[in-house]
Amino acid sequence: MHLLKLTVNGQNYEITVQLKTTLLEVLRDKLQITSPKAGCNQGDCGTCSVLVDSILVKSCLTNSLSVQGKKIITVEGLAKPGEVHPLQQAFHENYGAQCGFCTPGMILAAKALLDKNPNPTREDVKVGLSGNLCRCTGYTKIIDSVIAASEKMVTVTD
Amino acid sequence: MKNRGTGIAIGHYPTGQNGGGDPSQAMVKIQPDGSAVLTVGSCDLGQGCKTILAQMAAEVLGMEYEQVKVINHSVDNTPMSSGSYASRVTYVDGKATVEAAENAREILFQVAGEILEASPSDLIIENGKVFVKGDRKRFKTISKIVEVATYEKHKQVVGLGHFMKDFSKPDPETGECDPFCTLSWGVSFAEVEVDTDTGEVEVLRFVSYYDAGKAINPMLVEGQIQGGSVMGLGAALMEDLHPYYPNIEHQPDNLSDYSIPTTMDIPDFEALIYECPSTEGPYGAKGIGELSANYPSPAIINAIHDAIGVWLTELPASPEKVLRALESQ
Amino acid sequence: MTLKVVGQNVLRYDGLAHVTGETHFADDVIIPGTLTVKVLRSPVSKGKIMNLDIRAAMSVPGVASVITADDVPCNGYGHIPDQPVLVEEMVRYKGEPIVAVAAVDEDTAIEALEKIQLGIEEEEPVFDHIQAMMPDAPKVRPEGNIHMFGKYPFRQVKFGDIDAGFREADVIIENTYRHPSLEHAQLEPMVSQAVPEAGGKLTVYTVSQAPHFHLEELYGILKVKKNNVSGKHWITEKGSRTGQGLEFGDINFIGGTVGGGFGGKNDMHADHITALLALKSGQPCKWRWTREEDLLYSTYRGCWYITIKDGVKKDGRIVARKIKTIRESGAYASSNPHVVEHNIFNSTGPYFIPNVHSRGYCVYTNKPPASSMRGFGLTPSTFATEVQANKIASELSMDPWEFRFKNVYRNGDLTSTGSKLDSVALIEMMQTLAEKTGVTLPDRLKQMSSAKRGGNSI
Repeated sequence: MHLLKLTVNGQNYEITVQLKTTLLEVLRDKLQITSPKAGCNQGDCGTCSVLVDSILVKSCLTNSLSVQGKKIITVEGLAKPGEVHPLQQAFHENYGAQCGFCTPGMILAAKALLDKNPNPTREDVKVGLSGNLCRCTGYTKIIDSVIAASEKMVTVTD
Repeated sequence: MKNRGTGIAIGHYPTGQNGGGDPSQAMVKIQPDGSAVLTVGSCDLGQGCKTILAQMAAEVLGMEYEQVKVINHSVDNTPMSSGSYASRVTYVDGKATVEAAENAREILFQVAGEILEASPSDLIIENGKVFVKGDRKRFKTISKIVEVATYEKHKQVVGLGHFMKDFSKPDPETGECDPFCTLSWGVSFAEVEVDTDTGEVEVLRFVSYYDAGKAINPMLVEGQIQGGSVMGLGAALMEDLHPYYPNIEHQPDNLSDYSIPTTMDIPDFEALIYECPSTEGPYGAKGIGELSANYPSPAIINAIHDAIGVWLTELPASPEKVLRALESQ
Repeated sequence: MTLKVVGQNVLRYDGLAHVTGETHFADDVIIPGTLTVKVLRSPVSKGKIMNLDIRAAMSVPGVASVITADDVPCNGYGHIPDQPVLVEEMVRYKGEPIVAVAAVDEDTAIEALEKIQLGIEEEEPVFDHIQAMMPDAPKVRPEGNIHMFGKYPFRQVKFGDIDAGFREADVIIENTYRHPSLEHAQLEPMVSQAVPEAGGKLTVYTVSQAPHFHLEELYGILKVKKNNVSGKHWITEKGSRTGQGLEFGDINFIGGTVGGGFGGKNDMHADHITALLALKSGQPCKWRWTREEDLLYSTYRGCWYITIKDGVKKDGRIVARKIKTIRESGAYASSNPHVVEHNIFNSTGPYFIPNVHSRGYCVYTNKPPASSMRGFGLTPSTFATEVQANKIASELSMDPWEFRFKNVYRNGDLTSTGSKLDSVALIEMMQTLAEKTGVTLPDRLKQMSSAKRGGNSI
């Protein structure tokens, strides 16, 4: 067993893990943070996506010891407590979620995209979300949501 | 060389379980604060049935959408539903929900009629209040009526609803039967570009125009059309669970090998809603969930023929199939 | 009356919960002390179990329960019900569950599976459903490979006079279409968690699309009901052990929020096995299918062959249609007979054809059971009829739009199963679609409507 220190959604944790334990297992099984989903555990679907020091990673392929001391954000911690992040609000208002299973990962992929490119075109959004699968929406309303959020967020920071 | 072509495909889709015999039931309880709880047994798979059933109940009860809470999570506490399949929930659960809400409203009218000294048939329900028709000053709030019903009239303000299209047994000789609640209609248009060197097919434009009878929530209907269209696009161009059929070796066992469409695969989509009301459906609604997945394949195959003059009679239209078809031309 | 809420774009009821991660799916329910379930699946596609020894698996430290077919009170489920929860003797597809283990963690469960002694005498399987229809094909099931719809090995529709229709035709156009197998690929894999509660109650957290239907099915598995087994001699009934004294209300399903289904969760995949293990071990048991299991062994849209023979007049009217459709069912019936009926009842496509004869076959193969998927029987028939429509138009040198205007359903038309149609709108929708896509239709098509045949027909 190995000691792992990490910060998730602003909270510090110290837990013991095995060498093979993935970040997804840490989040779901040890910390009971369930928005990252085990959609495939093969790195293909993106439902397990989280931000590690602001970088989008697939937590099912990430060894938990590789995030030693790092800051993890899941969709539960995207907004300040009691608030809803503009991306979350935009996904809600633009019907970007259907079954909701891909939604947490999708929103974090969008966050990573907007951090780098606050004014994306639809093509940019497609590229930014290309690692995250959705079987319900056909993506159109997801892309609508990200564009809507980017417009709002730019206005806010202006 | 890159050739472009267009194609159409049209069709129909039945609402409800094939052959009928699939019940759904609903229960509407009016709460002391004048809000309502709708209990149904169907599942929300993402299609949004909690949303649209709450809309229907709110409509009947003269409430805001936000005032209707939906319970569907536990079989112990929900009335029977045969399930969320067969494009049935909007229609079948919708009818059950409307009936349940009407029955709850009837109890409100009976009790309000006694308080307001009016005939229940002279009452209307609006904005959380029951009014005497034509007299905006004679009214009681729903919460007051529930209070009177509970503490004075010994009545529960609960409405039940049930709908099932009777099972229709097909005649073994002729197949004659009455197998559906209603039919929805769909027409689609695809424009493709086919690369005759690589066999790759790119869908440039896809227009879907589908009949929802009455769109209870147009954005959710659009979501069904867009989602179904992309699923159909996957079937048309990339998906095959047994690519070496009938051999099951080398069957895809991950979502890289079994490729479904990603954001990079989707064309310019237009989702349009037509409303040709069903005779018996709730507010004229028809099923929309499955219809939308059916037309991309034939529309795209027809567009490929228009572009390069070859017919593909097997899906998916993979580069290999396109090239082989061109070779054998 | 004007509508106030219906027709409005109110926001999704569950939308905020979805975007904030608050929505709990079946796998998100975490109960301390839950055992991990793993299942030993058949390594071969067909064969007879000659020996099965689970003793070594049971003695692995950390293993709570190991079950085989002997532990299933009524080992048959599904629509017919013909599918065993765990294989009794005959394996019918690669990946068919034989033994289920509940252990403290995944590693222990896998170690236990590795210690199971399993000997299967392999037999020749059949994978191609066309080949499976041949008289000398290996038998998937003792009663034969072609599903019986009552007295016939097919479901058929006969409408009008098919021979007269073909005599009247100017051109005959016949083609065969193949629609491949498809996977739902819903993003939430199959998962089930069964929890024994106080007073003999069993709560099952499910991904089911049809929990009320599955409750009846699970009840049938856990408690023997004589009338639940339709005389299939290869399903054995045992005295009720696991579910002794169980009443309907003792089982509860919790679900209703499903991470995508598309028909893939109309069949019970995991709830029966977690329920049996929870009842036997007295502890919560969870089985989460891997994506690999989901792709290889969950239900799917079976492969179809559809042959359409159309008799057509020179003016484009279809006057006769004969259809033969063959659907791969996999090893068990599941909803496949219904899928075939759905296909056959709708095999004219959206066209009024006065003379129709269609036959649909449902054929068993040594593959996992196929079942429902979005579009059910109409996805393959729409593909076939709509490509056929363009082929006919092409053969007659007719515009594919005009061909469709001539043949589509109108109000008052009869379907081939004898239903009289109302609320038909295809002509109007095609007119609008043409406008939206820049297609100029001739005036005679623009003037048509879905009103009854007669005045405006061409």
